[in-house]
This record gives sequence, C-alpha cells and structure tokens, in this order.
Amino acid sequence: MNNSQSKRKPYVRDVKKDWWLKNRFYSFYMLREFTCVFAAIYVVILLWGLLRLSQGQVAFEGWLNALHSPVAIVFHILALIAMLYHAKTWFALAPKATRLFKGEELFPEKPIVLSQYIALAVVFMVVLAIFII
Amino acid sequence: MAEMIEIEILRYRPEEDQEPWWQSYQVPYSKELSVLGALGYIKDNLDSTISYRWSCRMAICGSCGMMVNNIPKLSCKTFLRDYYPNKIRLEPLANFPIERDLIVDMSDFVAKLEKIKPYIEPKEPRTLEQGEYIQTPKELAQYKQFSMCINCGLCYAACPQYALNPKFTGPAALALLQRYNLDNRDNGNKDRMKVLNEDEGVWGCTFVGYCSEVCPKGVDPAAAIQLGKVASSKDYMIAMLKPEE
Repeated sequence: MNNSQSKRKPYVRDVKKDWWLKNRFYSFYMLREFTCVFAAIYVVILLWGLLRLSQGQVAFEGWLNALHSPVAIVFHILALIAMLYHAKTWFALAPKATRLFKGEELFPEKPIVLSQYIALAVVFMVVLAIFII
Repeated sequence: MAEMIEIEILRYRPEEDQEPWWQSYQVPYSKELSVLGALGYIKDNLDSTISYRWSCRMAICGSCGMMVNNIPKLSCKTFLRDYYPNKIRLEPLANFPIERDLIVDMSDFVAKLEKIKPYIEPKEPRTLEQGEYIQTPKELAQYKQFSMCINCGLCYAACPQYALNPKFTGPAALALLQRYNLDNRDNGNKDRMKVLNEDEGVWGCTFVGYCSEVCPKGVDPAAAIQLGKVASSKDYMIAMLKPEE
C-alpha cells in the first residue's frame, strides 16, 4: 500500500507527573521508594556520630545530646515506621527472587516470607540481649 | 424495562480526531455478560463505528486487552457484574500508541519479543531418526510458568518503567527470555544474556511488581525479571574472573 494514502496517525499519550497517584498500587510503590530518604538521612546521622566520636568525648556527647532533641526523636520514630514498611514490602517480594522447587512444584511463598520475619525476630532478640548484658 | 449499565469508551478516529474523547453508551445489564460481550452489543446495536480487537473470547488469545476502569484486563474475562451499577470506563491499553478507538499499536512489543530469540537453539541438533528431545517433568517445571504468556500486553500497560522509558525491554519479553534460558534443551543463553544485561534489560526494572498482579495467566514476569537480575550478576562476576575470549 502507498504510505502517503495511509490514514494512520497513532496517538501517543503523555505520561503525566502525577501518574503514581492514579493507582493505589503505584502510590504504595512510590511510598516504598520514598522510604530511602529516611534511610539516607539516618546513615548521615550515624556517620556524623562516628566523626564526632573521632573528635573526642566532648564532641561525641554533644552528638548524643542532639539526639535527645524533640526533632531527632520525631525523625527516628518516622524513620522506624518507614523502615518497618520497607522491610514488610521487601519481605513480601523476596519469594520472587528466590524461586525454590519442591520436586516439580513451586515452593509456596508464605513460608519464605514468614522465615524472614522469624530471622528478623531472632536478630532483634540477639541485639537486645547484647545490650541488656 | 431492562436494567442498564453505562459504558464509556475512549474514542479516537485518526482520520477525524486530533485527540481522544469520551463517548457514553447504555447497555442492557446481565450478570453473565462480559465487557467484550457488551462491546459486541454496542457494535451490533448502537454504534458500528467502534473498533476493538478480539478473537477467542476465552482468555487464551490475548487480543482483547484494554484498560477497564484504569486497570489492564482481558475484556473477555471481565464481567459487568463486578462493576454494576457503576459505570465502566474503557480505554485502549496504556503505554502503547492508540491506533484507533480501543486498538493499540503493539509493534514495539512484538519487536522486543523477537529480539530475545524466543525459540530453542538446541545444544546438539538431532535428526528426525534420533527422535525427540527428552525432558523430565522436573526440567519442564523450571520454565513452564513463564511459558504460559499469551502476549496480551497487559503487563506492559501496567509497567510504569515502560511508560517512562519505552526502550525498556519490558516484562513479557524478559519473562520469555527467562523461559528459554531455563529450558535445559536450549543453548542460546549466551546471545540472550546480552539483551538481559543491558540497561534496558533486567536492570531497567525497578520492581514495581504490578505486571505480575495484572497477568491473566499467572506468569509472574516480576519474578522472571528478578531471577534475570541474579543471572546477570552471576554473568558479570564470571566475566570478571574469566580471561577475555
């Protein structure tokens, strides 16, 4: 067919900036990605603490005191919530990257997800025990 | 009078329209009627100019994919009863150029499927006299799930990465790539790894995961892509340790 006579005029839709607000699945995905901001700030705070530690006891205690400020406490609570949410989503996605077979059957997702919560609980208890001892 | 349901369709006629527009139709409601059936009613009784694709009407051909209330679905597998009495909005599959009404141009998708060499490249070519390639049920299980794709394109319509970067190889093609790489009869792994390792290959995926949610056949392309990332990382490490060929 002669192309000059074609009526074809494919219409390409733009991706709008608020595409992730149009669907709940995308919104939760963006929320998951946004938790990295809290992780990044938390890392900076820890690195700052290490730097202050290297500068001596007075400097380190100044950093510790700063962590007791209401802003720091609110940030750490928010960061904890963000990290728990991130961990939940990550645990839920883990079976996709660990495809195990039981004979010819795909190993069910639930035990894989659950085992991560158990591992987290064990690590939590060990850390807690170290601090108490 | 029969109960009616409102169906809004995004219209686009390239010879007349500059951009798509919404048109509303009233269709007699019945709980057995699928969205595709409703489109048939509209085409036969209300407006013969409406264009859409369909073939098997039993969720195996993959032709009738469209956005139903902003979610990619096979219209033959989607029923009015799940929406009634609210209206249903039908649009062509997202992330593809609109050809006409509910029909999209899928040539980019098909080109990507071709790119990953979706066929078995045998390790040892066999003659007819030598008989068939033997495979155990366990070996079949390794890739079977990824071979169930019907190329409907719903996963591409669900993938924001493909929307933002159309060069991204995309869920179905990468799942198909994994299907052949996991097949023990195949030896085309080396060629496919080039496609898989690219920025536009598995590394273009940021694991949104909606592709697997909308897949009507349970293929789980998100899982295939994550396995691809593991394979790509292994490939990278092995290439670092191996001398240049």
